Amino acid sequence: MPIFKECQQLNLRPWECPSFLFVLMGLITITAIIATYLITSQYTGPEVVISSVVGITIVILIIGNFVVNSVSRIAQTHQMQQEFVSITSHQLRTPLSSLRWSLEALLKTNLNQKQLNYAQIISESQQKMLKLVNDLLNVARIEQGRFELQKEKFDLSKLIQEVIAEFKIFAQANNTKIIFSKDAICYVLADKEKIKMVLENLIYNAIQYGGKDVIIKINKNIISVQDNGVGIPKAQQKQIFQKFFRAKNILRRQTQGTGLGLYIAKAIIKAHQGKIWFESKENKGTMFYMKLTTKLK
Amino acid sequence: MKKTILFIEDEANLQKLVSEQLTAEGFECLSALNGEIGLKKANETRPDLILLDLILPKKDGFEALKILKSQKETKNIPVIVLTNLESSVDIQKALALGATAYLVKANYKLEEIVKKIKELCG
Repeated sequence: MPIFKECQQLNLRPWECPSFLFVLMGLITITAIIATYLITSQYTGPEVVISSVVGITIVILIIGNFVVNSVSRIAQTHQMQQEFVSITSHQLRTPLSSLRWSLEALLKTNLNQKQLNYAQIISESQQKMLKLVNDLLNVARIEQGRFELQKEKFDLSKLIQEVIAEFKIFAQANNTKIIFSKDAICYVLADKEKIKMVLENLIYNAIQYGGKDVIIKINKNIISVQDNGVGIPKAQQKQIFQKFFRAKNILRRQTQGTGLGLYIAKAIIKAHQGKIWFESKENKGTMFYMKLTTKLK
Repeated sequence: MKKTILFIEDEANLQKLVSEQLTAEGFECLSALNGEIGLKKANETRPDLILLDLILPKKDGFEALKILKSQKETKNIPVIVLTNLESSVDIQKALALGATAYLVKANYKLEEIVKKIKELCG
């Protein structure tokens, strides 16, 4: 039963689960109406009709009360979760800033090779942790509807080139070649930092899960990022924009990543009234498209 | 003459790190661990620049900023807000109260922060 599955996913017992209670309410109402019909067809006195109507109403009210309670409990839990995420994220970022800055200072002192290697490991871990905390913070903002855009006019192709330059070493390490082409200079009015996050995410995925070539194009106002890597299994293509989702064939290859990147990317593009979609074949590769509908010039 | 910077921040470690860097760059660095001490030191020493965190014990950064900008003696001292809050509401509020710049700690290297400070009071 899909209802039980849904309740299980929400981690709720049946009598706390709105969709189950709703169906239960329907069934009881139908039964009560049939029973009323049977009773009233035999006894036609007005007292009997009225008391059965009152009876049905009471039953519906009781179950309705359960539904309302369970919905508000879920809403409360959700709210608490969001607050938890945003508080921890802020609190975590303070020690992470100290860590980052003290490492920066440490790396400027005279370290021997061994010490330098250790310091670099700490530095990389710190960067990963900061990225995770920032991702969580973004998810919390998206879900609270506090996702703000700071729009400015900028050259999209220049931004893409910046991101490619950032990933140069990572691409070399993965033996991946990045090719970029564009059909025109394109200025957009958008949140530069956030669009950069989307591009970083798509290009990172393309390199990480991709094959030898990553082809990035701006063509007729559509930006595409194509790889010839593992692809996304057909059965899971519907889920890839969900948060914390990670495709099975990727989990087999490596374990890093949180499954937040594409969820955030979609929210960013949606906030810009744009569109993001993809085509993918397992073992052939994936092609992501994004379109910032209104403001591409 | 050496330029003086007052750093109002409750994280002692962060305080030490930034102060060290600023001292190395030739600044005189004063520190305050809460908003009240911060205001007192600002009044006594009249620094050339104030670095201000927003979440602080005693008086928070917004309050401190409001007072700094309302007093004749401290009104003209540039204030850089250095914090990990980054909602546009907080940013707008701080800038409206008269902050010269708003920097989010997590987004910058120490080097970049020192550079900004130098730009503003070099």
